[in-house]
Amino acid sequence: MSVRESQAEGTAVPQNGSATKTPPPAPRRRTSAWANTRTALSNSPATPVYGALLGVFVLAWIIVTIDGGTFVTVDNIVGMLQRSVALGIVSAGQTVVILAGSLDLSVSYVISLSSLLAAETMEGQTSNMIPAILAVLALGVIVGLGNGLIITKLRVNAFIATLGTGLIIKGYMDDRYNGPAGSIPDTFEDLGYRRFGVIPLSVFLLLLVVVVIYLLLRYTRFGFRLYAVGGDEEVSRLSGVRTHRTIIAAHVVCSICAVLTGLFLASRLGSGTPTVGQEGGYDLESIAAVVLGGTALAGGRGGVLGTIGGVFILAVLDNTFNQLEVNAFLKDVVRGFIIIAAVAVYARRTGTGRRATA
Amino acid sequence: MSTATADRFEAPASSRAERLRKALIGTAPIFLVLIVLLVWITIVNPNFVEPPVFLAFLKRAAPLVILAAGQYFVIVSGEFDLSVGSLVTVVVVVAARLIDGDSGNTWPVIALLLAMGAAVGLVNGLITTRLRVPSFITTLGMLLILSGAVFLWTGGAPRGALADNFREIGRLGIEDFPVLEQLPYSVMIMLVLGAGAIVLMRAGWGRRLLALGDNEQAARLSGVRVENMRTVAFILSGLSAAVAGILLGGFAGVSAQVGQGMEFEAITAVVLGGVALGGGRGTVLAAMAGALTLEALFTLLNLQGVSGALEDTVQGIIIIAAVAFASYRLRGAR
Amino acid sequence: MAPLLEMREIRKSFLGVEVLHGVGLDCNAGEIHAVVGENGAGKSTLMKVLAGVHAPDSGEVLIEGRPVHFSHPVQAQAAGVAIIFQEFNLLPDRTVAENVFVNREPTRRGLVDIRAMERRTEELLEEVGEVTFGPRTLVRNLSTAQQQVVEIVKALSLDARILVLDEPTAALAEHEVEVLFTLLRRLRERGLGMLYISHRLREIFSICDRITVLKDGEHVATLPVGEVDTGKLISLMVGRELDGYFPPRGTPEEVGDVRMKATGVTTALLHDISLEVRAGEIVGLAGLQGSGRTELARALFGADPKLSGTVEVDGKRVGRSPRAGINAGMGFITEDRKLEGLALAQPIRDNTLLALRSLGGKQRRRLPNTVSVQELARSVELRARSLEQEARFLSGGNQQKVVLAKWLAVQPGVLIFDEPTRGVDVGAKAGIHDLMRGLAREGVAILMISSEMPELIGLADRILVMRGGRLAGELPAGAAETEIMALAAADEPVEAGAA
Repeated sequence: MSVRESQAEGTAVPQNGSATKTPPPAPRRRTSAWANTRTALSNSPATPVYGALLGVFVLAWIIVTIDGGTFVTVDNIVGMLQRSVALGIVSAGQTVVILAGSLDLSVSYVISLSSLLAAETMEGQTSNMIPAILAVLALGVIVGLGNGLIITKLRVNAFIATLGTGLIIKGYMDDRYNGPAGSIPDTFEDLGYRRFGVIPLSVFLLLLVVVVIYLLLRYTRFGFRLYAVGGDEEVSRLSGVRTHRTIIAAHVVCSICAVLTGLFLASRLGSGTPTVGQEGGYDLESIAAVVLGGTALAGGRGGVLGTIGGVFILAVLDNTFNQLEVNAFLKDVVRGFIIIAAVAVYARRTGTGRRATA
Repeated sequence: MSTATADRFEAPASSRAERLRKALIGTAPIFLVLIVLLVWITIVNPNFVEPPVFLAFLKRAAPLVILAAGQYFVIVSGEFDLSVGSLVTVVVVVAARLIDGDSGNTWPVIALLLAMGAAVGLVNGLITTRLRVPSFITTLGMLLILSGAVFLWTGGAPRGALADNFREIGRLGIEDFPVLEQLPYSVMIMLVLGAGAIVLMRAGWGRRLLALGDNEQAARLSGVRVENMRTVAFILSGLSAAVAGILLGGFAGVSAQVGQGMEFEAITAVVLGGVALGGGRGTVLAAMAGALTLEALFTLLNLQGVSGALEDTVQGIIIIAAVAFASYRLRGAR
Repeated sequence: MAPLLEMREIRKSFLGVEVLHGVGLDCNAGEIHAVVGENGAGKSTLMKVLAGVHAPDSGEVLIEGRPVHFSHPVQAQAAGVAIIFQEFNLLPDRTVAENVFVNREPTRRGLVDIRAMERRTEELLEEVGEVTFGPRTLVRNLSTAQQQVVEIVKALSLDARILVLDEPTAALAEHEVEVLFTLLRRLRERGLGMLYISHRLREIFSICDRITVLKDGEHVATLPVGEVDTGKLISLMVGRELDGYFPPRGTPEEVGDVRMKATGVTTALLHDISLEVRAGEIVGLAGLQGSGRTELARALFGADPKLSGTVEVDGKRVGRSPRAGINAGMGFITEDRKLEGLALAQPIRDNTLLALRSLGGKQRRRLPNTVSVQELARSVELRARSLEQEARFLSGGNQQKVVLAKWLAVQPGVLIFDEPTRGVDVGAKAGIHDLMRGLAREGVAILMISSEMPELIGLADRILVMRGGRLAGELPAGAAETEIMALAAADEPVEAGAA
C-alpha cells in the first residue's frame, strides 16, 4: 500500500503547524458511498461545529439544572428540534447562496409573503393544498430569479439587491395586509403539529430538505460549480463555468427554502401573517447559523451539515434563555454578539492561495 | 475615456472657478431630479412654495438629511452603517426615560446622547477595522444589540416623557422671522451641520477619506492612517444618528418604531446622490440632496394618494435602480 | 511533417502600444522548447496569445498544420493547449480530483460520478509518477510543487498536447526542481510539446532541446541547446545599441553623505541585505523577476515587516510602517501606479497633496519650504487641463508625474523608484529622467529599481544586482548589459556577504 493511499484523505504534507488529521490508512479502491460520506465529513469544516454543539449542550444542561429546570427530557429535546425546523430550512437555503459567494437578506420577507400566499390560496380547503404549494414554489422561483438576475446582470451587490427586493415585498405586504390572513385547513396543520411517535413530522421535513441540499451540493455538477464559483469566480470563469447561471440557481434554491419555511410556519399558525418572517429574525439568524456552521462568508468552503449544527447551537441557546426566563430583549443582544463574534473568529482563519514573487 | 490633450495646464484663476462650480453642483444628476420633484409637488399643491409649508417639509426632512450626511462618510470610505436606525430609536427612548419630563435634565441628557452616538460609532469602527468583520455584519449585529439592549433597559415599552424644551428643538424655531415667519431650529441645525460636513470634506481630512475609499492601498502607502479614519467615519455616523434622534423625538414623539428603517433610507439617499457604494466618489452635498429627493418623492406619493406603506416598495426599487445605474456608469467610465 | 505548434508573425498591441512585433516560433511533438528574454521582452504576452487569453492583432497560430483562433481559454484547452501560469488557476478549498475535473465532472445517472473522477485522477497521478498525495487531498494543503503537479495533471486530463510552463521553477526548492524535470521528461517521451519560459539558464541547458530568444517584442534567434552557451545566450538576450539621451551622470564631488543605510535586512524572501545610498547619487537596482527587488523596496520603506535588520535615514532608524518611512523622509514611487500610487477618481490636486496631508502637524512644520500645488505641478512638468482633472484621465507619463509630485510635496531625502518609466511614452520618459537627475543634484538619495537595461546603464551612478533574494554584486556606471545579466542570471546561488 503506497504512501498515497494512506494519505488519500485529509492532508498530505504537514503545513506550518496547523492541525492536520491523520486518518487511518484506507484500503485501496475504497468506493462505498459511506466512505465517500466519511471523507466529506472529515474534509468539511462541519466537524468542529458539532464538537462545539456538544460543548454548548453540556454547558446548557448544567446551567439549566442548577437553575432548577429540566433540560434533558424527551419533551425539551423534541421541543428544541421542533423550534429548529423553520430556521433550519431557511438556513439550508442560505448556505447555498453563501457558498456561491453571495447572500440573501430578503428571506424573512419572503417567508412572510409565502405564508400569506399559502394561507390565502388554501382558504381552509383541503383541495386547495396542492395549488397553494405550487403557488408558493412559483413565488420562490420568481424571487430567486429576481435576486439572481439583479445581482449578476445589473451588477448590484448582493446585500443591496436582496435588501432591495426584501423592501419591495415588505411594502407590498404592509399595504395589502393588516394582520393575519387566509386560513390553513386542518389536514395541512398536521404538518405543524403531527408527530411520529415522539418526533414531530416537521423534523422529517427539515431532514428531507437537508438531505436534498446535501446531495445537491455533494453529488451534482451544480454543487461542484457552486463551490468553484464561490471559491474563485475568476478561476471558475476561466475554466468555462457559467458563473452567472450558477449564482442565479443558488438564489432560486435559497428562495425556495424560504417559501417552504413560510409554508411550514403557516401550518403552525393556522394562517399567514405579514410579520412572521421578520419576527423570527430569520435573515440574520440564518446567516449566523451558516457562519457558525463553518461556511466561509466569502464562499467556496463549508456545507449544510455544519449549518444545521449551527442551527442546533442557536436552538440550545434559545431554550436555555427561555428556561432561565431571560428577557426576550437580552436574547436579541446576545444574538447580535454571537453573529459578530462568529464572523470575527472565522474571519481570522482566512488562508490565501500561493502567490509568486515579483 | 478621454486622454489629456497636450495643453499646458491652466492658470490658477480659472481652476478656482472650476473648483467652486464643482463644489456647488458636482457632477451628480440628483440636483436636477430634486428640482423636478419640487416643481411637480408645487404643481400638485401650489401651497408648497409658501414658507410655512415648505419649511414644514424641510423640518420633516432634516433628520434624514443629517443621517444621510453621516452615512455618506461611512460609505465613501467603503463601508456600510446599518445600525443608525436603531440608534435613532435608542436615542429617543433613552431621552424620554432620562429626562422624564423634567426640563432641567434636557441639556445634560443631550450631551449624554451625543456621547452615546459617538461611542456606538467607535465600537462599530473598531470591530470593523481591527477585528476585520465586514461592516454590514458588524452594524447588523449592532442593530440587534441596540434594539435589544434599550428595551431590556426600559422593560419592553418606552417609558418616561420628553420635556418641552427638548421637544422644541425638533418642533419649533425662531419666531417672528422676516418673510419666513418661523425659522425652525431643525432646519438651522441641518444647514449648519450640512455646511460643516461640506467644509470637512473639502478639507484635507475629507480628501484623504475619499482617497482611502478610492484606493486603500495607495492611501496606505502614502501614509494615510486607514483604520483610524474609517473609525472616525463611523463615529460621525453615530453622532449624526444621535442628532437625528434628538430632532425626531421632538418632531414625531416617542415610540419604539421611530427609527425603524432609517438606515435603508439613509443608504438609499446616499446612493441616489450618486455616491458609489465601493467608496471614493461622490459629494456629501449630493448625498444630502438625495435625502431631500427621497423625502420629496414620498411627499409627492402622499399627495397623489399612494399609500404610506408602499414607501418601502418604492425605496427598494430606487435603491436597486440607483446602484445598478451607478455600476453601469462605472463600467463605462473606467 | 508539420511541427506540432507554429506561431507566425504574431503582432499584439495594448492601448496603442505594440508589444509583439511579428514574433514567431515553433515546437515539435516530443520537444521541450525554452523561451527566454529579459523582463518585458514579450514572452508572457506571446504565451497568453497562445493560451487564448488575448487575441492577436495579426499573425497565425497553427496546431498540427491547421490554423486555430481562440477567443477564450476554454477553446485553447479544447484544441489541446494548456498553460500553467505562475499564479495557479486552482481552487484551494477543493480536492485535487475536483480541481482536475472542474466544469467537466463525469456523471452517472445524472449525478457526479465521484468514484470515476477520483479513479481517473489516481491514474493520471500514477502516469506522472506522483506518489506524495492522492485525489482527495485539498489543494490548500499541498505545497507549491505539488500544486504544480495538479495543474499538469489537469492539463493531461484535457488531452493537452502542448503544455506551456511559465516560470515553473520560480517557487520551487532544488530537489523539487529535479522531481519536476523527471515528470517533464516523461511527458516528452509521451510526445507532448512543451514551451518552457524561464530565466534560469542552467535549468534550460539541463532540460530543454531548443531555445528561442525574444528581445523587445521581436524574435532574435532559435537555436538547439547544444549550439549555444550561457555567454552567447546572454548576449543574444540583451545586446543592443545604447541609444537615447540620458542626463549626464553625477560627478564624485556631487555625492554627499550616506542618507539611507540598510543593514542585514531579512524577510521571508530576502537574505541579509545591506546597502547604502548617498546624497546626490542614483543607485540602480537590477535583477530578474523573482529576485526580490520590489520586496526589498517595500521592506526599506516600511510597507512590509522585516524579520531582522535595520534601515536608517539620515542616521535615524526607521520604524515599520509607511508612515514611519515618510516621517523619516522617504518616498516610494511604486511599480504599479494604478494599483498603489494613485486614487484614480480623485483630482490631480488631491493626489498630489495626499502624502503631505497625512503627515502629522509637527512633521509638516519641519519641512524646509512651503510649496504650492501649482509649483509642484510645474516642477514635474505636468501636462494636464487643470488641477481639478481626475487622475484617471491622464496619460501614463503624466500619471507617473503626479505620483512623483506627491512625493516631492513631502520633500524627502530619500526616494525609492520602482520601475519609474514603465508604461510611459518616450517623451515623458526623458522628462522623468531629467527630474530624477535634478533631484539627485539637490541632494536627494535615489534608489531606482528598473528592468530596462538602457535606463539602468544610462542613468544610474552605480548598479546593484539582485539574485534569489540576495545582492549578487555591484557594477559601476555604464556597465555592459551582459555584465548585468550575467550577475542576474548566474547559476550559482549567491554566497552570503557577496556584495
